[in-house]
This record gives sequence, C-alpha cells and structure tokens, in this order.
Amino acid sequence: MTPRGHRISVEVNGHLHEGEVPARLTLVDWLRDELHLSGTHVGCEHGICGACSVLFDGEAVRSCLMFAVQADGHRVTTVEGLSGEDGRPGELQDAFCETHALQCGYCTPGMLIAAHALLRENPHPTEAEIREAIGGNLCRCTGYQQIVEAIEHAAAKLVERGAR
Amino acid sequence: MASAAAPGEFRYIGKRRRTKEGPRFVQGRGRYVADVALPGMKHVALVMSPHPSARIIAIRTEAARALPGVRYVLTGEEFCAATDSLQIGVDAPQVRRYALAHEVVRYAGEWVVAIVADSRALAEDAAELVEVEYEPLPFVVDPERALAADAPLVHAAHGSNVLYHRRFVWGPVDEAFAGAAHHIAFRAVWGRSSTVPIETFGVVARWDPGTELLDVWASIQMPKFPDQVARALRLPGNAVRVHYDVDVGGSYGGKRGLKHTALAGYLAMKLGAPMRLIEDRLENMRGGDAHGPDRIFDMGAAFDSDGTIRALRIRAVDDAGAYTGRAPLQLGKPITAICGPYRIAAIEYEPVSVMTHKTPQEAVRGFGQSPTNFALERMMDRVAAYLGMDRIALRRHNLIRKDEFPYRIPSGSAYDSGDYHTVLDKALAAIDYPALVAERDTARRAGRLAGIGISTCLEPSGGNAAFEILFNPKNETTTWMDSCLVRIDLAGAVTGVIGTSSSGQGHETLVSTVIGEVLERDPASIRVARADSLSALPSNSPVGSRMAIMLGGAAAGAARKIREALIAIAAHNLDCSVEKIDYRDGDVSVIGDPSRKMTWDQLVEIAHRKYHRLPPGLEPGLQAKFVWEVPTGGGLPTPDGRVQMYPCYAFEAHVVYVEIDPDTARPELRRYVCGHDCGVMINPDIVHGMTYGGIAHGIGAALYEKFAYTPDGQLASGTFMDYLIPSALEVPALTIVDHCTPSPLTTFGQKGSGEAGYLGAPAAIANAVNDALAPLGTTLDTLPMTPHELWRKISAARATARS
Repeated sequence: MTPRGHRISVEVNGHLHEGEVPARLTLVDWLRDELHLSGTHVGCEHGICGACSVLFDGEAVRSCLMFAVQADGHRVTTVEGLSGEDGRPGELQDAFCETHALQCGYCTPGMLIAAHALLRENPHPTEAEIREAIGGNLCRCTGYQQIVEAIEHAAAKLVERGAR
Repeated sequence: MASAAAPGEFRYIGKRRRTKEGPRFVQGRGRYVADVALPGMKHVALVMSPHPSARIIAIRTEAARALPGVRYVLTGEEFCAATDSLQIGVDAPQVRRYALAHEVVRYAGEWVVAIVADSRALAEDAAELVEVEYEPLPFVVDPERALAADAPLVHAAHGSNVLYHRRFVWGPVDEAFAGAAHHIAFRAVWGRSSTVPIETFGVVARWDPGTELLDVWASIQMPKFPDQVARALRLPGNAVRVHYDVDVGGSYGGKRGLKHTALAGYLAMKLGAPMRLIEDRLENMRGGDAHGPDRIFDMGAAFDSDGTIRALRIRAVDDAGAYTGRAPLQLGKPITAICGPYRIAAIEYEPVSVMTHKTPQEAVRGFGQSPTNFALERMMDRVAAYLGMDRIALRRHNLIRKDEFPYRIPSGSAYDSGDYHTVLDKALAAIDYPALVAERDTARRAGRLAGIGISTCLEPSGGNAAFEILFNPKNETTTWMDSCLVRIDLAGAVTGVIGTSSSGQGHETLVSTVIGEVLERDPASIRVARADSLSALPSNSPVGSRMAIMLGGAAAGAARKIREALIAIAAHNLDCSVEKIDYRDGDVSVIGDPSRKMTWDQLVEIAHRKYHRLPPGLEPGLQAKFVWEVPTGGGLPTPDGRVQMYPCYAFEAHVVYVEIDPDTARPELRRYVCGHDCGVMINPDIVHGMTYGGIAHGIGAALYEKFAYTPDGQLASGTFMDYLIPSALEVPALTIVDHCTPSPLTTFGQKGSGEAGYLGAPAAIANAVNDALAPLGTTLDTLPMTPHELWRKISAARATARS
C-alpha cells in the first residue's frame, strides 16, 4: 500500500542496498523498517535529540531530518556498522561498557555515532570538545558524566593502540 | 567523577564490575517496543483535541475511512461503551477516564479519534481528513483559580475540581507556633515538568482468538499493569500476557501507558490484527498523559533564635490536570519524609489535588518528594537568612544525629539509619568550601552574580506505598512485595527469573550480582531472564527506589534456598549433618575432613537425575522462589494519618556553585558536588550513573524544563525546541562523594537509589541562584528559574536600586 517511486542505491555499513522508496520516507524509517537496522532510534523526529544519528559520508547527521532518497549514492554507517570486522564491539563501544556510559541504551547508538565522528577528526579531544561534540545528543539517564569518561577512555586507548 | 566505596566483606557486591546490559546496547541490539514487528501488524495514529474544553458536536470520518490502506476509525462513543474506565488512585468514581474522549474534551491534546492503517504514515494522512466539530466551553488552567466556587468544572459529575484535600496535624503545631520566637511564611512554586524519556511511550498488542489471549509488548514501568489493562478491557486477568523482555528507553517513573494499551488492545481484538501504537513526540508531550507535579507550596516555619525549627505548616496545591490516575498520590509519598532529614516535632500538612484543563499528570522520579525537598530547603535558607545564621550551621543544628536512629518522624515513618553530618562534611570538603566561598566573593567583587547552594535531602526507598490508603480509604493495600526465581539447570548453569521490565536500572546486573554473591558463582556466568506476566512471580515493578532492596532481597532469598538445597544434598551424600558442610564456590567438603568432598556438578546432577541419592523430602530439580514483603510493611494508618511508609532513607548533600551572566541572565553551573549515602551499593557504577542522571534531570527541573500553557489553554512547549532538556553543555562535570551507612532492614545493608540526585538538585540549585541574587535584594522561588525569569528579576531589582 506504501506508494513507491524512487529507486535508490545506498552503501550501508559497507554493503550496497538498493530499493524503491516513496519520496517522503525518512532515512531513519528506511533503515529501520526496510533494512531492519533497528539500532538507530527515533526520539523526537525534529532533529533535536540526536538518537537517530548516523554517519553520512563520514559525518554525523540526523537520519530523521533526511529523506531516504537523499541518501542515494552515499555512504551511511549506523551503530551496527561500528563493530569490528569480527563482529565484536570496537574500542569506543567497549569504553562505553567500561565506564557504564549508558543505562536504558536508547540514546547510546546516537552518542556512539557522535563520539565516533569526533574521535576521527580529533584524536585528543579535551573535555570541553567532547561536550561540544555530544551537545546535540540528549541523554536522560546518565547526566553525560560517564559518557564523557567513556570517550576520554576510548581516545586514550585508540592513541595508545595507534602509537604501538 | 565519583570516588569509590568498597565494602570489604563481599565478593561481588560493591565491586566495580561491568554491567550485564551494556554489550547489547552498544551494539544496537537492544529490543525496544518499536523493534517489535509482527506479521500483519497495523498502525495507529491519533486525532487530538485543539481545545482545552469543548463539547464534541460531530465527528465526520468518511473521508478518512475512504483512504486506501485505512482499516478502521475509532471514536470515543464506541470505545467508551465497550471498555471500562481506567483505575484512579483516589475515591472519585465520577472522574472517568478512557483513552478516547466521548462527548466532551477536557484538555488540548486529548485523543478524540484513533485511525488504524497499514502504515503509520497512512494513518497520519487519514487523521488529517477527520473533521471534528466542537463547541468550545469555559476552561481553567490555573490550579488556584480551579479551586474557586465559580470555576468551570473539569468533570461536572464529580461536582468539584478537587480530587483530594485533607489537613493532617501531627504533633502540637499550634502550640509550637505560639511558643516559638520567630515565624516565616513564603510561597514556593514547582513548575510543571516531567521525566520526558528520549523514547516515547509505545505498545504492540496482539489478540489470538484461538487461545483468547492478548499479548502485550510495551515500554512500561507500571505496578499491576496487566491487571489494570485486563480490567479496562473487561477481560479476565489471565487473558492478558505482558512481555517483560522489552527494553524500555527511559522512564524515571513516567511510562505508565494504560490508556495507550487499552486502546491498542481493544483495536487488536476488534480487528483481529496486531496493533502498534507508538507516540510521536507531539503526541507524547501533549496527549501522552505524563506531565509531572505542578505544585504551589505555602510554607510556614516556627523557630527559635538558636535556629531550632519547632514546627512547620505546609499547604501544597497540586495541579493533576484533566484526569487522574496515581497523580494525587504524589502528594502522599512526601508524608514519609515530610520534615526532610531534620528533627522537627510538629507538622501540619494540607495537600490539595485539583483538576484543570491541562494534560494529566503521571509519576515522576521521587513521586512528589523532590518538589517537597525543594520547598523544605528553600525554607532552611530563608530561616538562616532571617536569623543571620550560616546556612550550614543551621542545617547541622537541625539534622537528625547518627545516634538517634531509628528516628520516627511525626507523620509516622521511622528513618532506618544515617550519618547526615558526616555526609555533609564530606561534600563540603570535596568542594573545598572555604575556597569556594572565596571564589564566589571574588566573582562578586568583579561585578558578577555568583552564588553557592546547599541542600540536604532524603530519598525514601523501598516502595512501601502506604500513602495509597491514606488517600483512598477504600484501597486497603498493605502488600508491597517483590520476588525472584532462581534455578540451576542440568548443566549447572544459573538463571535468575524476574517479572518486570527495566528502563536502564540494570536489574540483570543487580540480580546476577546478588545471586553470585550468595552462591559464590561468577555473576558473569549467571543469566537473568524475564518472565511474562502469566508466568511471573508477583512484582510491584521498579518504582519508589525499591529494586536494590526488594528485587535484590528476593534474589538473595531464592539463592539462599538453592544454597541450602545444595548443602542438604551434600550432607545426605557425605553422611554428615548440614552444619558440617563447608560450602565454597559451589563445591562442598566436610569440615575437618576435606577429603570428603563433592563438586557443584555432582550436586546438580543428583538434584536433577539421581532421585535415589536425593535427601528425603527435597524437591528434585533445583529451583527456588522467594517472595517477600517490603521491610516494615503491613501497617495501617492511625485515624490522624500516621503510618509507616518507606523502610529505608538514603541521604544526599548537594553543594553547587553558579554564576549568572549579568547581561543575559544565563546561569552557569560551575562546580557540583553531591555527597551520597545509600547504604551498601550493589554496583557502584550503576548507583553513580543514576545519581548523575538524577542531578541532570534536576538541573532541567530547576532551570529549563516547563510544560508551559498559554492563557488560552494551549501547551506552548510540546517539542524539544521549547521544552529544554539539558545537554552535555548545560550539565557540568559532577563529583559524587560516597558514604556508607548500612540499612539494618535489608539483606546486605543496601538502600534504594534510583531517584538519587533528582531529590536534592533542584533544591540546591534554587538556593545557589538565590544566593547569587541576594546582593540585589531579590529572591526567586518559582521553578524553573529560566534565563527569562532571572532577567526579569535582575532588571526589576536594578530598576528599584536606581529609583
């Protein structure tokens, strides 16, 4: 019953996905409902809470504020794509577990995306830079304290690993 | 950051250990209600009332029904005839409440029509085609105006807007006021904010006509939820099966979802198709019925020149909104800690719950205690200012001393234990209080508005909700149990089974840690499973900071039964008495003869396979349940309304430093320390995490968050553009300083902590802001203290100074 119309081809988490989508379908709904990538969450649908953040050609964006058709020909990474090739959690994900940077887990995928984008641009962020980078992602459980600690922890680990 | 406290006598309890829940969430493998997708599932969208009060003249649905993909259009006329009113917490039978309005609407945002379609988008399209004709009626959004004799009635059949009103007098209040050297009176106002989780409420319901069973997956945190859903739908209790293995994306008290579930359940039965109703953000904020306390306190205090507080008079008018569930009861819980951590011998408390044409109220973290703490702590600062006394000295003078526990307060509850002076001292030391005072004074000399705030507050925990009977004598509930089942399978693996969903509190970590502690097995190897409501043992769900105490205690009780069974098997097979068995890490030996021993695997095998080696009378298989009543529970109130409620009392001392930009009035929290004592912590990271989050939530309530209403009855802050949740830029680095005074009432000495931080943060921030405003000679006792409100105060004070 959903109106069809536009063919798109998007690289999601390293795999090419093709589909036909209505013009009004948001990227997050396409990821969740068509690709069954349920790790990306819907919080406000007006671009404030950041729960739906994904990497779009490497940059953190709100997938609730984009249409799926706009992703045609682009690269998208969701939280499912942050794990290592062996399927195990990456350094940042592990750091979130280490410092207890999550409670209900609902904002966590978006936080990981924001933190991932930060650390790729800036491997040695200060606390203020971390807060700025996750300032567009709302969390209601943690008061952000253990999230900041997790990102600091991951940054140190990643630098240490890179130095070896 | 938090400093660690490590009780030495435990192996796993109190140790820093990773949580069980973390890995699935960091991989995006949580399973929330929006991730539940069933074949043939239909989607619900809602038509909401644009009016705060109106008669429904006509509903025209033809165009919506004609849209391809639309399966059903439901109005209140059908729904209210086919279902029963939702349960309400007070004795007001004419205040009926259904998911859809019928004949009249009572707030802007109330659901009027539900559309079912093949997709949510189509359902929304159809919702726009529904035409509802209204005749606007008079309305009232101001709670004090709603108390007036000529106020428009929200529920005409109820005859008044008052849901509950009683004046409690505990102790010689009039005598104390007559005899005290000094009095103050002031008004403190707690603004309408709430928990506002990032995940909205959602439910998926499926009816199986073959088994006549309604399956429900929902993002709930709600005591007796299956029972209330069944009653609303006129089903037997065993025809509703709630699945507790749904991850809940935050709740903090608010996710009750009864009307949503009754609606989705009805539609699933009616259409014979699985039904999904997930609120969008606007539906959540306007029509989700989850606003929080909205409360006006008129405070009076009688005290002597040395600072001794002799008596309090508290009148609290709380705006419940247009319908009621448990909202009025949020005036009741604070009775269990009505004088805070202070020795105050006489108290008058007059709670008034009143209805207005606003979105209904639901439970919020602390269940009314945080607003009360805010009013009490503003009172302490005002008394200190009146006497010219140091605020800390005044608190120290009135705080209950550690040798006075158990300490019974005038309203009937006994506080279990505490060392308030030490926790306050630790917090002051951690922030280097003398240096902080110097920093503030330097800032003031430089022309900045700077203030220090202190609060010393209690978190009642354990969830003995005896206020229910105080607020509704027909509801003689005194049972507040929780339970756990522990089993060892054939292969020797341990599983704990719980009967509740979780919204971030880490119950799997809690239960596995406790079972591991008792059985001396690695918690990482213990699985925690969630029963559904037909197979679950009874639970009152994670409300009232109760799970560390109640679920932790139940898990320990069940695990101890397993341990006793293993020891009995060992004694029988090693031919000795049970007292002679040495149990270590699950293996056993005979005390004094370690060569006589058996392994865990051998014991388990006997329990499951070798009946001939089982001691007579012992059940085969290894599983044990434990159901227990809340400690100190079971009491009924006295005629004057004294009753033992919550068993345990955690304490928190907040010290915060704020600077307010003199030109923009933007407040900035620069330093934040919270001294915290919740007894023995099962998992310190979890306790600290919830406390940090509670402080952040309290920052929102104090400075930013408000469900504001326009004079014409419209919600003006229905999105995150205008309802401002603090981000990492508004929440400063937080320091928690732990202290441990074990509770004598609980299994390991633990107290609850799920509401920590939130219970003291608004009070401390309000005191800090007022300290910053003090040099201007002005005060602000209304939350939230938004930059706009602060700017008005500052400008007015400066204008007065100039004139």
